[in-house]
Amino acid sequence: MNYSVFLTETDSSSSFLSVLFQNWGEDWIYHCLFPLLLAVLAYLVLSNKRHKSLAWAFLLVPVVLSLLPVPSMVCMVVSIAAAVLSYLLFADFTKKDSGTSSGMVESKQQWKAWLYLAPAIVLLLVFTVWPIINTVKMAFMEGYDSLAALGGNTFSYGMANFNTVNSSATFLRAMKNTLLLTVLTVPISTVLALLIAVALNSIKFLQKPLQTIFFLPYVTNSIAIGMVFSAMFNVINLDGTSVGVNSTVGIMNNILMFFGFDPVNWIGQGSSYAANVTVMVIYIVWNALPFKILVLLGGLQGISKQYYDAAKIDGTSRARILWRITVPLLSPMLTYVVITGFIGGFKEYSSVVGIFGDTMGPPAGLSGGTMNTMVGYIYNYMSGAQVKYGVASAGALILFALIFVVTMINLQVSKERTHY
Amino acid sequence: MSDTKGMREHNLHAEATKAHIWTILYQILVYAFLFIMAIIVLFPFYWMINSSLKSYEEYTLAVQTFWPKQVMFSNYAAAFEKANLLQLFANTTYVGLISTFLSLIITVFSAFAFARLEFKGRDAMFGLLLATMMIPGEMFTITNFQTVSALGWRNTYQVLIIPFLVSVFYIYLLRQNFMQIPNELYLAAKVDGTSDLKYLWKVMVPLAMPTLITITILKMMGSWNSYMWPRLVANDDAHKLITNGLRSADFTDATGSFTNYPQQMAAVAIVSLPLFLVFVFLRKYIMRGVSRSGIKG
Repeated sequence: MNYSVFLTETDSSSSFLSVLFQNWGEDWIYHCLFPLLLAVLAYLVLSNKRHKSLAWAFLLVPVVLSLLPVPSMVCMVVSIAAAVLSYLLFADFTKKDSGTSSGMVESKQQWKAWLYLAPAIVLLLVFTVWPIINTVKMAFMEGYDSLAALGGNTFSYGMANFNTVNSSATFLRAMKNTLLLTVLTVPISTVLALLIAVALNSIKFLQKPLQTIFFLPYVTNSIAIGMVFSAMFNVINLDGTSVGVNSTVGIMNNILMFFGFDPVNWIGQGSSYAANVTVMVIYIVWNALPFKILVLLGGLQGISKQYYDAAKIDGTSRARILWRITVPLLSPMLTYVVITGFIGGFKEYSSVVGIFGDTMGPPAGLSGGTMNTMVGYIYNYMSGAQVKYGVASAGALILFALIFVVTMINLQVSKERTHY
Repeated sequence: MSDTKGMREHNLHAEATKAHIWTILYQILVYAFLFIMAIIVLFPFYWMINSSLKSYEEYTLAVQTFWPKQVMFSNYAAAFEKANLLQLFANTTYVGLISTFLSLIITVFSAFAFARLEFKGRDAMFGLLLATMMIPGEMFTITNFQTVSALGWRNTYQVLIIPFLVSVFYIYLLRQNFMQIPNELYLAAKVDGTSDLKYLWKVMVPLAMPTLITITILKMMGSWNSYMWPRLVANDDAHKLITNGLRSADFTDATGSFTNYPQQMAAVAIVSLPLFLVFVFLRKYIMRGVSRSGIKG
């Protein structure tokens, strides 16, 4: 294996995996799967009575490919495809030939199911299962350094990465931002969405067009529209750096001034933290509304009219109907949007990028990133100037723990509050 | 006697009128609320188009104009050129099409196995798959980044396609749909000697077409909107995807003194256009999938 590739530039391209490859060679996946593939194909050839020659042809595919100077990944993909295809083509003929005892059929089904699942399983093992194991492992390796790992160093296990994360001011700031944005946006967007959904549900005229409008923000690119919000709040040229061009405080400040307020520096250089948070909350709520409205409206339409008729006879007030009938009956949907809202809030990242760009905060010289989030913190340690996979992994684990805990609390609370 | 009766009737009548007035007032309030919210929801889109058609001088007027005095379509041409949008469009479409196609095949096979075939550990495995949906993507990203780097896949197309081919959510969505198809159909097909693959292709896939269309749209939108992973692993011009390209595009004027925001807004509008078209024509398919997930794409 050519290590020069790994040692150039940032060390981000090297990893613990590379140490494994050293022993296994470049084609490690291929080498692991190749015997398995041959076994599967051989089984097919042996169990097939009618299309023997065709089955043999499929068996030859990986053998021939492995002799040719083709990249191993291509080899592997084509071979897997050949195995699956040959199985699908021949499976049913073989079943007919091999008798119809129920036991036979069942064992065939077992085989078949795993073959149908094979592509998904292979990809999940590499890109989902292995990452879980490896990320947890890296998080607990003291001072994990991918370059040193490449050189064959081993690391003792411990909590050093977590200590680094917990004592880092950047992380605490990222965590504060994330929690603040979540705690502010989830209740606001849920209440607004509930009011809009109830209002939409109570009207007939123009219901469909309005529903369509409220769903529109869902089908947008959160970075692109973030740039629009950024433009709406941006103050341009007030510092007088560009000569010969007008200066503007932006449309949002124009609107504020129309109502007699003073203009605010929302996101520009030197803007206050409160102003930044306000813009982020407005954008995140705007972005979160359509999904919540859709779910809640769907829930409302499923509520039987009987409840409302009964309330009408009793002369119950509208507010009481909303609070005593609608909300309890909607509680499963409300729980759902609150949980997904919290999870989405903890993973907030791209909306900040949309508004502020990669600096994750108003431009402020070297100390940028005042609006950084937990996900942003994790990404900071994955590329760029300081690559520390151990620290990134520890951050990801903390994020996961937070999401897990909030999900559990939410489920518990909703279990107690669900009224039927 | 008749007097009291008359008074009661009068009271009842007055109460009915009062209730009627309240209902009308309530209706007006409801519509006012909905219209105001609708305007707030639509305003950024209007502002995007409005800004994208202005000249820079007009854009920076102290009091903003609500419609450009002079409509500048040239901003769009400039945006195409400055953000290299054509190349970005091509890259994203290519990645989107290939990954959607492969993802559909994998999803159909997996959902079929989970919905129709009986094998040991099926339910346990399906439960495990669903459990992985709870784990934040960042847990996977760190190691996946190392894996693709070790494989030498950075700045290639496969790095944008292969790691995300399997979506547990899509498998779940399609499995639920497959389960609704009566098992008798399958058994009848078996008696007739129809092969599994033929049954899957001729019966199940057509019946589940709406769900497959939903998956296709969500996956295509996923490629269009993905930002973090592409930025991390494929940041060169030949493989850059559109969202990443849009965010990092430089709209500084030729003189280098200011950023041309109208051109930037034009680029944003161009990137948003395909999503609007999808919204207008295929809305119902997206809504089917959306209500089951908290995620975009």
